[in-house]
Amino acid sequence: MDLASAQVIGAGIAAIGIGAASAGVGTVFGSYLQGALRNPGAAAGERIWMFVGFAAAELLGLIAFTVAMIILYAR
Amino acid sequence: MATAAKIDPMHQFMIAPVGSDQLAASPFQFTNSALWMLVVLGVIVVFMWGGLKRQLVPGRWQAAVEVLTGFADNITRESIGPAGRKYLPWVFTAFTFILVSNWIGAMPFAIVPGAHPFTVTGQFSVTWTMSVISFVIVLAVGFWKHGLHFFSLFVPKGAPLPIKIFIAPIEFVSFMVRPFSLGLRPFVAMFAGHILLDVFGNFIVQGLNAGSAMGGFIAALCFVFIVMMSALELLIGAIQAYVFALLTAIYINDAENLH
Repeated sequence: MDLASAQVIGAGIAAIGIGAASAGVGTVFGSYLQGALRNPGAAAGERIWMFVGFAAAELLGLIAFTVAMIILYAR
Repeated sequence: MATAAKIDPMHQFMIAPVGSDQLAASPFQFTNSALWMLVVLGVIVVFMWGGLKRQLVPGRWQAAVEVLTGFADNITRESIGPAGRKYLPWVFTAFTFILVSNWIGAMPFAIVPGAHPFTVTGQFSVTWTMSVISFVIVLAVGFWKHGLHFFSLFVPKGAPLPIKIFIAPIEFVSFMVRPFSLGLRPFVAMFAGHILLDVFGNFIVQGLNAGSAMGGFIAALCFVFIVMMSALELLIGAIQAYVFALLTAIYINDAENLH
């Protein structure tokens, strides 16, 4: 296998991590919505932590994307 | 059937002097990045000046400016507390700059031939610089207010000693990664979004060029997709600006109100 095809395959495998991060982001927003619907009074105060959790979950997907890009375009 | 042209989604991120398509030979050039930073600055300045009339009953424009400033004020007040007001200038600057450059980069200026919008935050050097400024503010405030006691940030309070020894290096690494992760987030969100838009925009052109009914169908499908993706891009741009401002405020809170 030459380097170019190995790079493309590797980048595709690295992109799987983005799917995992999407599950994490969905969990964060879904759990917030569940909690907010059960106790709407406490929802506003927890919105900050929802976004912090979203940022943390999303970051891992972005790192997977960055790794894919590095593999794809590294020489 | 003609062979499809190669899609080059990275070309839109190339920094080149205005009016040229080649990389600059000298580092001192007026590049498209600088041009669009000035455009972003101009939009922010015009928007803010239009609303700074200090009327007792605000008009529409002033109300819009007050919503923006009040939003940034809320971030600092809720995360840092009453002491957060002195950090409002940087939080507000970061928020408005990222928000406006994200949105301007997503605007379809390219329908005017030759006017390619350039997403300033699509360059890691820009967002990295902003996150390093945030990090330096955190370090300066922490060491200024608490001295060497600032290192107790890495030690969880009230934990037994073996756990403290175990946790402290992890906390230190997670602290040192902050400027990287803070700058990576707005950068990759814009970078990935614009690559996606570019690739699907190319699919539309290639589908129409194919000349068959199937090609037209795929082009129409991609057009619908790209419209929805553009709406999502505006939402993502706003969320990333908010997350950057919020995390900056939370990190400053760590230094300001050390446990």
